[in-house]
Amino acid sequence: MEKQSYQRCRMSLQKGKKPIIELVDVWKIYRINEIEVPALRGLSMRIYKGEFVAVMGPSGSGKSTLMNMIGCLDVPTRGRIFLDGRDISKLEENELAQIRGKKIGFVFQKFNLMPSLTALENVMLPMTFQDIPRFQREDTAMKLLKRVGLEKRIHHKPSELSGGEQQRVAIARALANDPEVILADEPTGNLDSRMGTEIMEMLKDLNKSDGKTIVIVTHDLNLSRYAERIVHIMDGKIIED
Amino acid sequence: MLQDYLKFALSGIMHRSLRSYLTTIGIFVGIMAVVALISLGQGLQNVIDYQFKKIGSNRVLISPGGGGVEQMAMSGYTAAKLDDSDLRIVRNVRGVEYAVGIVMATGKINIKGKTKFAPVLALPTDARTTDFLKEFDYFIVEQGRYLKEDDKFSAIVAPNLGIDLFDREIEIGDKIFIEDREFSVVGIQKKTGNPFHDMKIVIPLETGEEIFNKTDYSLISARVKKGYEPADVADDIKKKLRRHRHVKENEEDFSVETAENVVGVLKNVLGVVQIVLVGIAAISLIVGGIGIMTTMYTSILERTRQIGIMKAIGARNSDILTIFLIESGLLGLAGGIIGTLLGLAISKSVELIAAEYGLEIFRAYISIELIIGALGFSFIVGCISGFLPARRASKMNPVDALRY
Repeated sequence: MEKQSYQRCRMSLQKGKKPIIELVDVWKIYRINEIEVPALRGLSMRIYKGEFVAVMGPSGSGKSTLMNMIGCLDVPTRGRIFLDGRDISKLEENELAQIRGKKIGFVFQKFNLMPSLTALENVMLPMTFQDIPRFQREDTAMKLLKRVGLEKRIHHKPSELSGGEQQRVAIARALANDPEVILADEPTGNLDSRMGTEIMEMLKDLNKSDGKTIVIVTHDLNLSRYAERIVHIMDGKIIED
Repeated sequence: MLQDYLKFALSGIMHRSLRSYLTTIGIFVGIMAVVALISLGQGLQNVIDYQFKKIGSNRVLISPGGGGVEQMAMSGYTAAKLDDSDLRIVRNVRGVEYAVGIVMATGKINIKGKTKFAPVLALPTDARTTDFLKEFDYFIVEQGRYLKEDDKFSAIVAPNLGIDLFDREIEIGDKIFIEDREFSVVGIQKKTGNPFHDMKIVIPLETGEEIFNKTDYSLISARVKKGYEPADVADDIKKKLRRHRHVKENEEDFSVETAENVVGVLKNVLGVVQIVLVGIAAISLIVGGIGIMTTMYTSILERTRQIGIMKAIGARNSDILTIFLIESGLLGLAGGIIGTLLGLAISKSVELIAAEYGLEIFRAYISIELIIGALGFSFIVGCISGFLPARRASKMNPVDALRY
């Protein structure tokens, strides 16, 4: 196994690809009642453009923290994170917001759509925050919803959609600003297996046909078979890659 | 962009409609008070200005007692008296063109067996006085004629007297009894919109003095010649009357006032009333604002996760701040709309009630500036109340917010 991933890693290097995300000796230490709890302990990794990576590990292993770091939701206590060559570990929240809005698309376990907005408006929202003019937003959002097969449901609110449909809206939303990376946190966790497969096929297609970098965080071994690279994490460190 | 946030904020409000409605109640009471206050206040101001015009800027009024017209109106009684000798003094003051002494009393009026009480003014009937009086709206005869020098038991009746007190129109030639003496109606006075002047009866001075057994004047009205300043003439009258009546300065048992003084007194009263109402309005706006603040804090707490999502998909702090400020502003505006409508309804009702009581010159002041101003103000109150909650929302950490 170790040999396999080493080879895969080398293959990527051999292709001469640039890493889209690079973590260098990243530490994240939470302070809870004066006690320091390290969630990541000097973790280093590279994710290359066009990769489909699954981050696996039991709960408490630090994989959510890792996801927050990759997703620019949080900055490390120590160490550096590069996104597309840019050091983001010392950026202010507003700058981080702009970067993640543009470069990263999130797909969450609980879908996390805005309940008061329609499917179309939900997909338009990330573009609104990037100051994209309305006609363009609407056009892009329509295309994306068509792509995930929801062109007939664009004016429905999340409460009027099934779980699978909601997750498809979430994928369309993740694609809104044409990001480099799609970051999915247990994307099938709230879906039945048929829906789950549908969603995973969709992500796989995005990886293959659009060349998007996909990072999924999961503890479900079934999902990991979609990935071409699996990173196991335990106690804030990579134990297998 | 702002349009999108507006839509977004609106959908947020609609999503929690009951709480939103309840919150707006807090603000609408304040806005209602402000709108009614301005509408009525400005309406009263207009009445005062109108009265000022009617009294005429070149008038000086001399009344017995130290308190002036205001005190006379309030108590109606004073021990000091003004008589013919005082009138002569006033007429001889430089700058005074003409002056008239008026006897005022409440008379027992009897028409067709029904007895009521109404104000009776006894005025000289010579041609010069009649010309002098014609300049006042309050004494213009619309039907019939003015009093003539040889009139004795003739009366001019105000237009509302008959209907309001006796349930019947009074017409020219009708017989009425004042203090049990028979008078014939020779003229009907023009409607003025002032309840006092629309209910009064005017009779010849000598007749009035006789039936009321009064030889003193309730009021001396003087007209100032062109080119003289009414305030200066008033001072001069005061000086001459002091000498005549042997009283010291500041101990006068009479008052001399220009139209400006009289209006000034009314304006002061109006000012005090306005200050009180502004205070009430301010308190209710503060309470309403706190209501909005509470609702926004609750709303933000509930939507912590949504705030996290918005931040995850690229919302800057300023985007979140704007969204929540607009939301609280809209809550304020919603209250403002209801408040403005009710405020205008109140002042319009007051106008109708005032008209019912004969004060027909009173008009509630309603203008587009007032409405836009009130709505803008309520939006701003909403924004101010929502600022702290919105700022808290904007500063949330996305990781913590997503975990909520």
